[in-house]
Amino acid sequence: MSRLAVPKTYKLFINGAFPRSESGRTYEVMKADGGFLANVAKASRKDARDAIVAARGAVGGWGGATAYNRGQVLYRIAELLEGRRAQFVAAIEDAEGVSRAAASAQVDESIDRWVWYAGWTDKFAQVAGNANPVAGPYFNISVPEPTGVVAIIAPQDSSLVGIVSAMAPPLVAGNSVVVVASERYPLSAISLAEVLATSDVPKGVVNVLTGSPAEIAPWLASHSDVNAIDLVGAGDLDWIGLEIDAADTLKRVLRPESGADAAAPSLGRISAFTETKTVWHTKSLL
Amino acid sequence: MPAPTSAGTSLVTARERALAVLGGEPDDATLRRYLHGIAGVDAVGLEQRAAGLATRSIKTSSKMWALDKIISLIDLTTLEGADTPGKVRSLVAKAVNPDPTDATVPRVAAVCVYGDLVPDAVDALGGAHGDPDDGLISVAAVATAFPSGRSSLDIKLADTADAVAAGADEIDMVIDRGAFLAGRYGLVFDQIAAVKEACRRPDGTSASLKVILETGELVTYDNVRRASWLSILAGGDFIKTSTGKVQPAATLPVTLLMLEVVRDWHLMTGHRIGVKPAGGIRASKDAIRYLVTVAETAGEQWLQPHLFRFGASSLLNDVLLQRQKMTTGHYSGADYVTID
Repeated sequence: MSRLAVPKTYKLFINGAFPRSESGRTYEVMKADGGFLANVAKASRKDARDAIVAARGAVGGWGGATAYNRGQVLYRIAELLEGRRAQFVAAIEDAEGVSRAAASAQVDESIDRWVWYAGWTDKFAQVAGNANPVAGPYFNISVPEPTGVVAIIAPQDSSLVGIVSAMAPPLVAGNSVVVVASERYPLSAISLAEVLATSDVPKGVVNVLTGSPAEIAPWLASHSDVNAIDLVGAGDLDWIGLEIDAADTLKRVLRPESGADAAAPSLGRISAFTETKTVWHTKSLL
Repeated sequence: MPAPTSAGTSLVTARERALAVLGGEPDDATLRRYLHGIAGVDAVGLEQRAAGLATRSIKTSSKMWALDKIISLIDLTTLEGADTPGKVRSLVAKAVNPDPTDATVPRVAAVCVYGDLVPDAVDALGGAHGDPDDGLISVAAVATAFPSGRSSLDIKLADTADAVAAGADEIDMVIDRGAFLAGRYGLVFDQIAAVKEACRRPDGTSASLKVILETGELVTYDNVRRASWLSILAGGDFIKTSTGKVQPAATLPVTLLMLEVVRDWHLMTGHRIGVKPAGGIRASKDAIRYLVTVAETAGEQWLQPHLFRFGASSLLNDVLLQRQKMTTGHYSGADYVTID
């Protein structure tokens, strides 16, 4: 006997809560074979605005936490992802229409990347920072600090590995993020948000919007309270226009990437969202 | 400086009017009979009405008008123990020129400080000191042992007279909530009347008197309504919700209730009293709801600095951010307004 299907309507993830879009809009997400998969909230510019406000409020706490603490919190997320492995694999099979083996490989890759980035949290400052040579009885030290609020247009052609690869590196440095998920494959992004909501990540540090990147991205790029924008998944948008918008408020910008190597793990993705602080300090109390 | 219109009523007529309305001397018994004879407040109806007024959607050109109107109705306030002359100077600079990137932003109505900082505010304002109707900025001072009001009448009067002598155009006094809650309405009446007298300047003009009810400590809507009537009868030019030091501070239902009293008083006597919600209004969206409530309750003629004010500090920054969004077309951020 077949059970009654329960069509779901997924919501946004803003400030640790799961609100509907302020606009009340949703859109249908289809399976690879064309069947109905789920309804998903279609975020408006006001949802993006609310997400930025939440992210701004969370920067101080997350960026101010010790790197060791951030690393533990991020590693715990990898553990939670591992626990939900079967759910993610099934969702990716449904959405992308790929084989179980391919879906499993994507989930594995996502978890591995998350662990890799979590490990860098209390180490990248040693690599990206420096003790600079000076001619005097001083230390001169450069350290990377989080740039603040990072807006991300996640890679559009994958369910999980794309958003993980784009979201993790700014978190490592202590930034808070507003991610616009893949328009076609948003369900794994929302499941990831559910994982984050039950982890130790403080509210507002990660905010996930679903909907049309073409509609939301210009508001993020021109928003004065966004410090950096990662356009990795914006290849199909007018990303040059977005870059010009971002230049108005001197945002850091990462350009679109495509292909199998898009958003591949690298230290560069972490340091792209940092500012270098250089301080002088006396060598001893003379 | 011309006397504000709402302060235009002389003390004698205020007292005569109170006597006529009360039908006797304003002692405890008469006031009790009068105030307790006022119909009780329908709390559910009041809150429903306030919630209904809060659903209006104000967009585009109306919103732009509302934002500018809000700025022109703000009493830009700093009431901290740590206030310094420098803090007052920066507050005044912000009051005169709220957004240095946009000269079309109007000035606020007044700056509100503790009494001992009035000379600093007057000094910092210089030529910009005056009546908001002339595009200038008034100085409001809190007095009478703000915020608790717990001191002897002599000290309250000296506090008031000091601030007026130093150049304050408006006095924000607190009522003795303890006396009010104990039913000693005559005492509260006499104190307000005495402070009103202390607002008088040697040249015969008088500083405008705002009476703070501290609605968060009055507990019930019935008490708020009675305290509003009592303050108006005793000669207050404005009734103000709160000190900002007690939670809850200004709420929309309480302000609606006070506006209804003001409306009724105007219908009864033809005399207009001002209303000032203060404390807890931080977002432009909330402030716009107050404008709607004023226009729908007392009438649009109340939307002017001598009849309605916002007591606020962080509200101004939010209004400026909204204004920047409307003029530039993109969202602004806290880096583009001052740190207060």
